[in-house]
Amino acid sequence: MKTEKETEQPTAEIYGQQKINGAEALLNCLVEEGVDTIFGYPGGAIMPVYDKLGEYEGRLKHVLTRHEQGAAHAAQAYAMVTGKPGICFATSGPGATNLVTGIANAFLDSVPVVFITAQVVSSLIGTDAFQETDIIGVSMPVTKWNCQVKKSHDIPETIAKAFYIAKSGRPGPVLVDITKDAQLEKLDFRYTKCDYIRSYNPHIPMHTKAIESAAIMINHAERPLILAGHGILISGAEKELREFAEKTGIPVASTLLGLSGFPSNHRLFTGMLGMHGNYGPNLLTNEADLIIAVGMRFDDRVTGNLKKYAKKASIIHIEIDEAEINKNVMVDVEINNDAKEALKYLTSLVKPNSFEKWIREFRICDKTEYEKVIKFETKPEKGELRMGEVVSQVSELTKGEAIIVTDVGQNQMFAARYYKFIHPNSFVTSGGMGTMGFGLPAGMGAKLGQPDKQVITFVGDGGFQMTIQELGTIMQYKIPVKVVVLNNNYLGMVRQWQDMFHDKNYASTEMVNPDFVMISKAYGIASKKVWNREDLKSSLEEMLAAEGPYVLEIAIEKEGAVFPMVEPGASVSEIRLNY
Amino acid sequence: MKQEYTISLFTEDHIGILGQITIILTRRQINIDSFSASESAVKGVYLLTIVVKTTNEMIQKVARQMEKLIDVLKVFTHTSDQIIYQEIALFKVATKGLMSGDTIDNLVRSYNVRILEVSPEYMIIEKTGHRAEINDLLAHLEPFGLLQFAKSGRVAITKQVRELSSYLKEMDEANRFKTEPTLN
Repeated sequence: MKTEKETEQPTAEIYGQQKINGAEALLNCLVEEGVDTIFGYPGGAIMPVYDKLGEYEGRLKHVLTRHEQGAAHAAQAYAMVTGKPGICFATSGPGATNLVTGIANAFLDSVPVVFITAQVVSSLIGTDAFQETDIIGVSMPVTKWNCQVKKSHDIPETIAKAFYIAKSGRPGPVLVDITKDAQLEKLDFRYTKCDYIRSYNPHIPMHTKAIESAAIMINHAERPLILAGHGILISGAEKELREFAEKTGIPVASTLLGLSGFPSNHRLFTGMLGMHGNYGPNLLTNEADLIIAVGMRFDDRVTGNLKKYAKKASIIHIEIDEAEINKNVMVDVEINNDAKEALKYLTSLVKPNSFEKWIREFRICDKTEYEKVIKFETKPEKGELRMGEVVSQVSELTKGEAIIVTDVGQNQMFAARYYKFIHPNSFVTSGGMGTMGFGLPAGMGAKLGQPDKQVITFVGDGGFQMTIQELGTIMQYKIPVKVVVLNNNYLGMVRQWQDMFHDKNYASTEMVNPDFVMISKAYGIASKKVWNREDLKSSLEEMLAAEGPYVLEIAIEKEGAVFPMVEPGASVSEIRLNY
Repeated sequence: MKQEYTISLFTEDHIGILGQITIILTRRQINIDSFSASESAVKGVYLLTIVVKTTNEMIQKVARQMEKLIDVLKVFTHTSDQIIYQEIALFKVATKGLMSGDTIDNLVRSYNVRILEVSPEYMIIEKTGHRAEINDLLAHLEPFGLLQFAKSGRVAITKQVRELSSYLKEMDEANRFKTEPTLN
């Protein structure tokens, strides 16, 4: 690789001049970067690294997952709840390719994860050697940056660069592929953290003029709406967002990944945007005269039909990634800056205001949504158990203090809709990628990242079985994550679409499932199945009180569907409250 | 409306950068009409010149995605009137066809070509110019027994006043010695 010669800063000789091998150098780099937990899986090409791991006991904890995909998701969740980059090890070939779903997931959701893959010895590269895969080529479209290292002396600089790129700007996954001979080759180890790359500019000077024109627009708006995305959490701008919203009195709506960036019990919070978001923020997006989008990317699940999206509104877009501006929605004012810095300056320029009449419109929508959807979903009096009531009881029992992790599908949408988030970074989900199988490994990653928090993972019976082998990891490391299996014996979300758009042709969505309680018990994990409404609360309490891991299976009504819904191709204002 | 754009990309010398760039074009189903690469006026910085046909809106999106790549320094997009550009073509033509009358004289005078090599069997002719001029010559030479034809990608120099070095300086000042942003 091309080395970075630009940084001519004095290098501290931390490890003196003794010769160590590349594997040790890698582990030293991780220690230098403040890493404490690694998720991974060994194999032929990465054995030199695992050979040295034992010497780092007490400094680096390695968690052996049951599949590389599990390691990738766990590392991502760990990063999302700690704010530190997640670390993931895999061997060459299948080890590396098994990571790809996890890498792509972290890429779409802007999460910093440093993936270290091993590669066959450099003399064999290109020969279709045993367990050789061109992981650089494979991961190119789904990493923020990747690099292959064939010489041990390139390891420290490459790892430093990888961490800097993963964490800064719009964060994302990076992959460093290290050949086996580079792991074994000796080098003089020195480590300097990277803080500058000539071709990469995460520190964008403040666009003061754009922010000033945004302030004028905000001061003259009559029906403004803030759309808060994941960027709020990534930039740590929760306080700045609150100050901005409170000073201007502008209502706030959140994207799926933006949830927990603004307290859901705040009087200005109007709910979640998007396909299964709340009624008010979707419907009223098309009534707003000004949209202030912060740290979000106008994903198609948020906007619905772009031709009919927010046509009455001028749009201000605060976004650190310039490529996201004018990508889906053409904006009037582009502020290509970090959310925190931009909001701070913007707040100083806007006048105090309030929009009580406008906010009342949201409250009227809330009432409609409550009467037509929420009441029935969260407080049903008869019929089988519903996902909504489970999530809402968990929300009440934990008082919003838990970290909620989800799989993908109906379980995810119900968790997002009915858990009342109060604290930043208390929601971990697979947003852009929609990866089934994310929930269980992400749950254990989140619990290891925040051991003092109650971590609850909602999974469906489909997604649970995509990565169910991670129960083994939970068993081995005694990770006290609480798993709620919302079992309707169907791939519920797909079934819902079949119901609505495919003439009830339930093709390949019915599942014959094993006994999840027996499976959990085989792994030595406490488990129970709930069938009846009267047992729900006590069973949830029992799960929450359990010291160790717990799998609570809940038999859920088959015909359940998530509403409201913006149908694919429909406008956000055509949001439906029922079939 | 689709039109021709010339993308000038300044990049670091990182293995795989070309793959990353073509992935962006492939995802958007944009064909590369012409491509060339060489070291730029700044040592160690490479200039890639890519010609594509697309819309103004799409070229802006694609350029921003290219500039986002870690090892790309700067991306400029230009319509053909904003740049000075050339392509070079080499023709291998059977000598006997060209020897009649004033064919060669005519070629040199009206097409402004250079003759690089002459042998009893073939002649190598070089033509530098825009694509249309090269295509004209190609059509003209075909009846004489064209044996081989090869053409380069476009090379382009921008008319804009600001040069890469001033952008580099600006980027340097914005980013050097800044502390890392804290996460969460």
